[in-house]
Amino acid sequence: MNWGVLLFPGSNCAEDCFHAVDKILEKPVKYLWHKDTDLGDVDAIIIPGGFSYGDHLRPGAIAHLSPAMTAVKEFASRGGLVIGICNGFQILTEAKMLPGSLLQNCGLKFLCQDQTLVVDNADTPFTSEYTSGDVLVFPIAHNEGNYYAAPDTIAEMEANGQILFRYCSPEGEVSDETNPNGSINSIAGIINRTGNIVGMMPHPERSSDSVLGLSDGKGVFVSMLKHLEATQG
Amino acid sequence: MLKAIVTVMLKKGIFDPQGRAVQNGLVSIGFDQVKKVRVGKQLEIELDMTDMATAEASVHDMCDKMLANPVVESYSFEIKEV
Repeated sequence: MNWGVLLFPGSNCAEDCFHAVDKILEKPVKYLWHKDTDLGDVDAIIIPGGFSYGDHLRPGAIAHLSPAMTAVKEFASRGGLVIGICNGFQILTEAKMLPGSLLQNCGLKFLCQDQTLVVDNADTPFTSEYTSGDVLVFPIAHNEGNYYAAPDTIAEMEANGQILFRYCSPEGEVSDETNPNGSINSIAGIINRTGNIVGMMPHPERSSDSVLGLSDGKGVFVSMLKHLEATQG
Repeated sequence: MLKAIVTVMLKKGIFDPQGRAVQNGLVSIGFDQVKKVRVGKQLEIELDMTDMATAEASVHDMCDKMLANPVVESYSFEIKEV
């Protein structure tokens, strides 16, 4: 079972994602390059955080047109698991692989902090290690994390259980006061309708190794691994 | 040679925190008449083209594919000879 971490010029969380698979899951992982048209034999793809193409124009606006993204779309259309974290989430929305868009944080500040999240839907290949209502701590580090989608899209996503994580208080309460960036309905992470593409602003890879003080994020990668093992035998 | 001036703005109704900050800044230095500010982007694109209709089609294509995100942004442009 092979994992791929997709690299763009300006990706800066790729090594953390690589580490999560290589050292925490202890599974084979390789880097994929944005110019690759053939991603080879991979079973899951991580699009890491960073500032692809310097975030010029809009975060992800240039990266999503890279040759590798055509291959990622093709991989996802066959049901392959794809997770975009932070800038990876922005790239997936620009690519229209996920609904909505990430706007500038409502407070105009780059946010870099440990953030409490509540699990909204634990019945997905990315969250099965958690239970709905679990309160987790993941780091966030972004300037454009303010999730926006049209009201009818939001209503549809809510009805379909497409919200995976919401920003919350340490007690798990979701309110405007505990929403760090202005995201609609405090949305921190979402999944597509088919259930194989996830985007999230918080960083599970930075909270996967207990030596770093946080390990709640490990569950995302373990969930994905268990799903792959169950579906691939 | 033609030049396209493309303007990209956040769609109406989408909160523009940068615009609000500029608005507050203007009011704070005495421009009490300022009621709303929206911040957008302007791109100047030089085109090695002569036919206006073809140029318009190309710029539309550029905006749709990359320059604007239709989920949150709208665009407009004008093209002139340079």
